[in-house]
Amino acid sequence: MNHKIKSIIPQLLTLLFVVAVIGFFTINAQLNMEERGIDFGYGFLNQESSFDVQFSLIEYDGSHSYAKAYLVGLLNTILVSVLGIIFCTIIGVIIGIARLSPNYLIRNTAAWYVEFFRNVPLLLQIFFWYYAALRALPLPENTEPLFGVTYLTVKGYYIPRLIWENFDILIYSILAAIISIVFIRNYARKLQEEKGQQLPVLLISVGLLLVFPAITFVTGMVQLEVALPVLKQLSKTSFIYAEGLSIPPELLALVLALSLYTATFVAECVRAGIQGISKGQKEAAASVGLTPNQILKLVIMPQALRIIIPPTTNQYLNLTKNSSLAAAIAYPDLVLVFAGTALMQTGRAIEIVSITMLTYLTLSLSISVLMNWYNKKIAIKEK
Amino acid sequence: MININILKPTSSNFQTYLYIGSALIFIGIFDVFLRSFFNINYLTFLPGSLNFLFPLIIGLVGLQMIRLEYSGNRIVDKINQNINNNTFNAGLTLIIIFLTLLVIPPALDWMILEATISGDTKEACVATEGACWTYIKVWFRRFMYGMYPNDFHWRINTAFIVLIAFAFVGYFMRGKLKNYITFYYAILYPIIAFIIINFLISGGSFGLEWVETNAWGGLSLTFIVSFFGLIFCFPLGMILALGRRSELPIIKYISIGYIEFWRGVPLITVLFMSSVMFPMFLPSDAFVDKLIRVIAAIILFEAAYVAEVIRGGLQALPRGQYDAAKSLGMGYWKMQIFVILPQALKLVIPGIANTFLALVKDTPLIFVVGLSEVVGMLQMAKTNPKWLGYAMEGYIFASILFWAICYAMSKYSQYLELKYKTER
Repeated sequence: MNHKIKSIIPQLLTLLFVVAVIGFFTINAQLNMEERGIDFGYGFLNQESSFDVQFSLIEYDGSHSYAKAYLVGLLNTILVSVLGIIFCTIIGVIIGIARLSPNYLIRNTAAWYVEFFRNVPLLLQIFFWYYAALRALPLPENTEPLFGVTYLTVKGYYIPRLIWENFDILIYSILAAIISIVFIRNYARKLQEEKGQQLPVLLISVGLLLVFPAITFVTGMVQLEVALPVLKQLSKTSFIYAEGLSIPPELLALVLALSLYTATFVAECVRAGIQGISKGQKEAAASVGLTPNQILKLVIMPQALRIIIPPTTNQYLNLTKNSSLAAAIAYPDLVLVFAGTALMQTGRAIEIVSITMLTYLTLSLSISVLMNWYNKKIAIKEK
Repeated sequence: MININILKPTSSNFQTYLYIGSALIFIGIFDVFLRSFFNINYLTFLPGSLNFLFPLIIGLVGLQMIRLEYSGNRIVDKINQNINNNTFNAGLTLIIIFLTLLVIPPALDWMILEATISGDTKEACVATEGACWTYIKVWFRRFMYGMYPNDFHWRINTAFIVLIAFAFVGYFMRGKLKNYITFYYAILYPIIAFIIINFLISGGSFGLEWVETNAWGGLSLTFIVSFFGLIFCFPLGMILALGRRSELPIIKYISIGYIEFWRGVPLITVLFMSSVMFPMFLPSDAFVDKLIRVIAAIILFEAAYVAEVIRGGLQALPRGQYDAAKSLGMGYWKMQIFVILPQALKLVIPGIANTFLALVKDTPLIFVVGLSEVVGMLQMAKTNPKWLGYAMEGYIFASILFWAICYAMSKYSQYLELKYKTER
């Protein structure tokens, strides 16, 4: 009895405290809104937004609704995050491996890279790239081509645009290739377990991924044209490159800063993962008679990935959340478009900030749920 | 004996190989050196890409020639072990050396040789190609103190000195007083700090003029925000971590909900919330200063991260510790305070340090609510019509500043980790 009361009282007090705080806030919010004549509701999402967004992946202008503006911002956020994740993984893995290099110079260069980039605030790095580094680029009319057909100018990076015909067929062919790869992998695993034979799965997979889309090209179902960027005069002194695809400098600066900054953390994860495998594992595998390639593929990597992947996913999540710093350099991401412009126009602070927070919350919670599931799946099954 | 690979030395002919190899390496490095420092290229007779790659090729051949296990020469052995183990590594070594050689002259020129620091106006910088450190010199007070009136800067300095002095009081606590050291740092010190900052920096009484928080800024604001963030988010995080590990379901789930919520949203939206949404949640006549709102938001936000770090330490403790404490008849709080937390906190020093570093690095974000610390002041200085075009200098200055602070913090945490490391 005594024990029961002892456990109920603190819980009750905590609950009371939380309810009181939330209640206090809600009552105040209601009073404040009544006073200002605002009624709470999400109806404004269907109203015409009447503001333009500079960079959008989908068709959008001022006549569309706030809901569409939200979608534009969300897509831009996702674009930056995906690009950042790809680049930070590449850089991070290279730096992480370099930190374990037997070469003194490489090891220390990598260590200095990590020490420098992780100790400077991300916002400062974004500002540096956007306001200092990218502003030093030449104007479009004076730009020398990079890789022959792309132009890195102060107004953005201009690259050729790919014009697809029947793009969906290509996607289907890639999907078909992926499905058949899954089947082949399963078959290969069965073969390995039953007969001990090994199929060159990687080779077959790459081959399939190339062959299937290639067939669609050869048969003429899918066609590809390339529109090169062409210098175009807007006014007497203002030039741009038309026809190609233009990547705005905001996006460039953001991706650069995010990937260089997050790469330092990814590098540390990779290093920890590789260092976490004891030397005995490698020696044991070698003494069983596996080839160096097999050791890496069957013994080292599965174990190292188990250590590397969870913290790295965390870093990906951080990168996604950090991409909200885009607002500082006016890249139209979710925060700038929705929590910035839309909030300013409608004045609906509670609704808009809560939607924005919920969006990020959903993103990160779904990734962490996925991560927990994956962790459980790859956890060492002890007998 | 005819060696098929003429680039591979043997111990008998190593001396000759060593001389030739070193000469080749030297020629390669010297060539790059001449190109970058004096802009002289003696190899123009070679066709384009060969001219460009010549130092690399010749250096690789040279390194190849001196690569021998146990050559007997200590320096050569060291080189072979560390930077010349195989061809790939040798190539990377050369590339790094060459890149360093190529980067040094322009960087040196820009940063020191052609830079100006004299004068007080932009005119001093117009003539040179190099960096304009005059800009930093002129704006230095702004970067440090923000828009705080120049005459009152001594107030900020005194406040910080007094704060640091109070922080060291713990060292001089002896005997019986030592029992209260935790109490002092956890409760008394934050109160003292608040009082000092309130009366000295904010002013308004004792004949000191009132300076509103909008005028605060620069590095001193970074320090104020991170200081209050640090001292308050730690106890809050500790409580949350204990709550998450609690056996009482309501407390546990409230803690989990709190932690997961704050960890799931970006800080910038939290700051937005504190500036535009939070006033709606207060009675209409209540007014909370912007700076306090921001600091509160940062504390709530970072506490969730601290909680997760501490939870890691709590989980890492073996069950035996809990059982032993219980078997001695300790209650929940006694067990946590005297047995569990001291050990758990020791384990998580690096994690806590990382969270604090993240906090310091996050302070520039307060620009979204209109407060400008160093980075914010840089933005302001950059758009000043009298000083256009010196963004680079400002960013480099701020990078070095932040880097020094964060690097010092991380080194200190490593020192603490070693100091409190106990063998099990």
